[in-house]
Amino acid sequence: MTELTQLSLSDARDGLTKGDFSAVELTQAHIEAMDTHRDLNAYITELPELALERAKEADYNIGQGQAGALEGLPLGIKDLFCTEGILTTAASHILDGFTPPYESTVTANLKAAGAVTLGKTNLDEFAMGSSNESSYYGAAVNPWKKTGDNSNLVPGGSSGGSAAAVAARMCIAATGTDTGGSIRQPASFCGIVGMKPTYGRCSRWGIVAFSSSLDQAGPMTRTVRDSALLLSAMAGHDPKDSTSADLPVPDFEASLTGDIKGLRIGIPSEYRLDELNADVKALWDKGITWLKDAGAEIIDIALPHTKYALPTYYIVAPAEASSNLARYDGVRFGLRVKGDSLDDMYVKTRAAGFGDEVKRRIFIGTYALSAGYYDAYYLKAQKVRQLIYQDFVNVFKGVDAILTPTAPTPAFPFGENSNDPLAMYLNDVFTVPASLAGLPGISVPSGLSSEGLPLGLQLLTKRWDEETLFRVAGVLEEAADFTEHPFEGEG
Amino acid sequence: MTFLIKGETETWEVVIGLEVHAQVISNAKLFSGAPTDFGAEPNSQVSFVDAGMPGMLPVINEVAVEQAVRTGLGLKAQINKRSVFARKNYFYADLPQGYQISQFEIPIVGEGTVILDMPDGTSREVGIERLHLEQDAGKSIHDLHPTKSFIDLNRSGVTLMEIVSKPDMRSPEEAGAYLRKLRSIVRYLGTCDGNMDEGSMRCDANVSVRPTGSTELRTRCEVKNVNSVRFVMQAIEHEARRHVDVYESGGDIQQETRLYDPNKGETRQMRSKEFAHDYRYFPDPDLLPLVFDDDYIERIKATLPELPDEKKERFMSNYDLTAYDAGVLVVEKETSAYYEDVAKGRDPKAAANWVITNLFGALNKKGISISDSPVPASNLGKLIDLISDDTISGRIAKDVFEIMVEEGKDPESIVEEKGLKQITDKGPIEAAIEQVMADNSDKVEEYRGGKDKLIGWFVGQVMKQTGGKANPGMLNELLRKKLSP
Repeated sequence: MTELTQLSLSDARDGLTKGDFSAVELTQAHIEAMDTHRDLNAYITELPELALERAKEADYNIGQGQAGALEGLPLGIKDLFCTEGILTTAASHILDGFTPPYESTVTANLKAAGAVTLGKTNLDEFAMGSSNESSYYGAAVNPWKKTGDNSNLVPGGSSGGSAAAVAARMCIAATGTDTGGSIRQPASFCGIVGMKPTYGRCSRWGIVAFSSSLDQAGPMTRTVRDSALLLSAMAGHDPKDSTSADLPVPDFEASLTGDIKGLRIGIPSEYRLDELNADVKALWDKGITWLKDAGAEIIDIALPHTKYALPTYYIVAPAEASSNLARYDGVRFGLRVKGDSLDDMYVKTRAAGFGDEVKRRIFIGTYALSAGYYDAYYLKAQKVRQLIYQDFVNVFKGVDAILTPTAPTPAFPFGENSNDPLAMYLNDVFTVPASLAGLPGISVPSGLSSEGLPLGLQLLTKRWDEETLFRVAGVLEEAADFTEHPFEGEG
Repeated sequence: MTFLIKGETETWEVVIGLEVHAQVISNAKLFSGAPTDFGAEPNSQVSFVDAGMPGMLPVINEVAVEQAVRTGLGLKAQINKRSVFARKNYFYADLPQGYQISQFEIPIVGEGTVILDMPDGTSREVGIERLHLEQDAGKSIHDLHPTKSFIDLNRSGVTLMEIVSKPDMRSPEEAGAYLRKLRSIVRYLGTCDGNMDEGSMRCDANVSVRPTGSTELRTRCEVKNVNSVRFVMQAIEHEARRHVDVYESGGDIQQETRLYDPNKGETRQMRSKEFAHDYRYFPDPDLLPLVFDDDYIERIKATLPELPDEKKERFMSNYDLTAYDAGVLVVEKETSAYYEDVAKGRDPKAAANWVITNLFGALNKKGISISDSPVPASNLGKLIDLISDDTISGRIAKDVFEIMVEEGKDPESIVEEKGLKQITDKGPIEAAIEQVMADNSDKVEEYRGGKDKLIGWFVGQVMKQTGGKANPGMLNELLRKKLSP
């Protein structure tokens, strides 16, 4: 049954429709892969029984000719999405035992489309991190290893569990969330496609909030087509989320025309950092050539405020987080550590319930919003954010898409950056600007580093133009022809 | 209406600003669809949003926005077509989100005016600084268990309008008049029921004092959550006197939050400045700025009722009422409607007197509101008709009114049943006069000897003789004729 786990979402869909195999068989194959690769710690909660039950229903629906768009397709769900009746942890001790009585809009959309949930995937605690090392449940492990070196590498973060699971064939596709790069960076580290839609494209209702003005759900898949397919099912206007856009969801799959002749691709000079990994630099140049060869026009562009993106992000995101995480107080759900008074209970509960990185960001955010500092930090950051957005608006007058690396390095070993938060934050340097500007972005696996690790290239377009994004990504994917597999002998 | 505190060394003036939290009348909460009925079972009106569950998001209730705009228009205030919701962050067990969604830098309503109607008939303007929308918190109940506190989230997320006045009031009476006027306006508008005893209108008073003649604003103290107009007035007076005592004994007032204890008649410290919260306000990223256009405001404006100030003007000009009478009659919409029913086609001043003196007196005695009045406006009107067509005298009318209040009957049948119809035939009145004169020949002599004042005594005696039913005018005329030598 191994070959069933190698199928893309679209191929599996076609196979189910044609009756080549059943949804139960497809799901069973992935449950076996979950068993095999449990050491990757990609899932916090596995749901094999539930998945098989759902798969049976899917087979029935397919038999009745009533298949939804994702009928019978087994997915991993990042454990930041609230799932009704199923433990939801955000990889935090403070949500111990929290089983939501409601289903997030995105996962409800997937359910309605007939998808099968295999389990809840691992992540950095409250989606804060770029290596998965802040998970209370222990980090997920990247299925890829350096050539000739058996040491474990981080899968990236925060959607590291989803990325590892998709790469290791422990699900066909998964959901992720991206606040500053949390879909795109782990996708790059694990050699898969990770896509962050325009802010407002997917509802945030029912997703444990990290930074409300940045959080956005998106698909993590092995192909660009799958990404388009999954996003179509996830997206849509939701009156329960005031920041969700009341726009129709296009058929994203249809935008994969394979033709980018005449499209103008911008290459931002500010992203050519001195410290950029040589392999990454070389791959970027290759990417430029591929798109040029496909008939695109390459244009040098300037995004002058890029260097302020990281500091801006690390004010805005922690500020919002410090407020969003105030509700984890031990009063109504999750962990409670008894105290002598209400304040004492708060202190003890939050001290025990949050990990170091979460605490660090709560401190930073609380400080940035404090009286006397607000203008210098939060307000200033919001102004700079506007300038960063304006940079993109200006640039998109002359180009249709932007090509950059996804991350400055390939996956790194555990512990390498964990004592240096600033070095860790640098992982987001290429993904954060688009997050601040609310733009859609996609990371496409485009090659291997000299050490045999996958590297992604990132494409960005203007807001609501996911169609151009998928169109260019499809061409990039084809040119890169990335067929490598993390496990030798399973390919 | 000056209110000055005479101290040992100086005479002091009080400076008062009020913050009123008015619960908006609406079927649902500000950011969730949960219901808002008063007195429901604890925690029975709570959505996942109100309980601050992970991943829940607020969605603005359009009715609440409309109510705030209505109130702003009623306060003759500037309506801000773009306003922003902000988070006010602090930890408390009955604040599930860990922040209250409020408005900070840009409120929905800006500066406006409230006109106070003072008891002496004069008016005074108080400026409104702003009105903003915010969520209420839940309720902590500390007295049900020796070591535990209970939380009721029914109120969590309920829409409040915080209406902030300028520091324009100078006496407890003005503060009282302001609260009563504000209550009157929101009740007219139907935006808040104004019931302070149910907590749907709550008041924080900012109080400071200064030597008379000075224009400085000294350090103020905020007296929190006072729940009746009378207590607000008392709290202000106590707090002002405390300030004077502190200043005159050489001390200084510290900015702080205080609580009023109506039993002890004193305010005491709740939180000093050092322990004041840093609320870390910032725009709520879960909500877009609130934006609407002129058309929206105009549509709401078109539905505004006649408000107390305009009504008072109209009563004064159309009915020729005094400022005081008109002011009293327009406080409640129901009262003014009642009055207008009574006054229709009748002497408006007589109608005003009956409503203000007799009806209000009776209702106060019974402790009921005008909507529960046992005397409907139509019956009071009929009673006035019976006086003006000379069926009964004004004196008898008062007796009839008392029976109307007690028995709820209409005046005509009472007059009929009890035989209270006025005697307007000359014969019986003359007979009664003659009888009284015959029985009191000495008094007749005295009167004729120049003791004019005795006329009143004679009137009384003849009235008594006729069971009070003699037409007073006719009685007077006939009596004088008979008594003249």
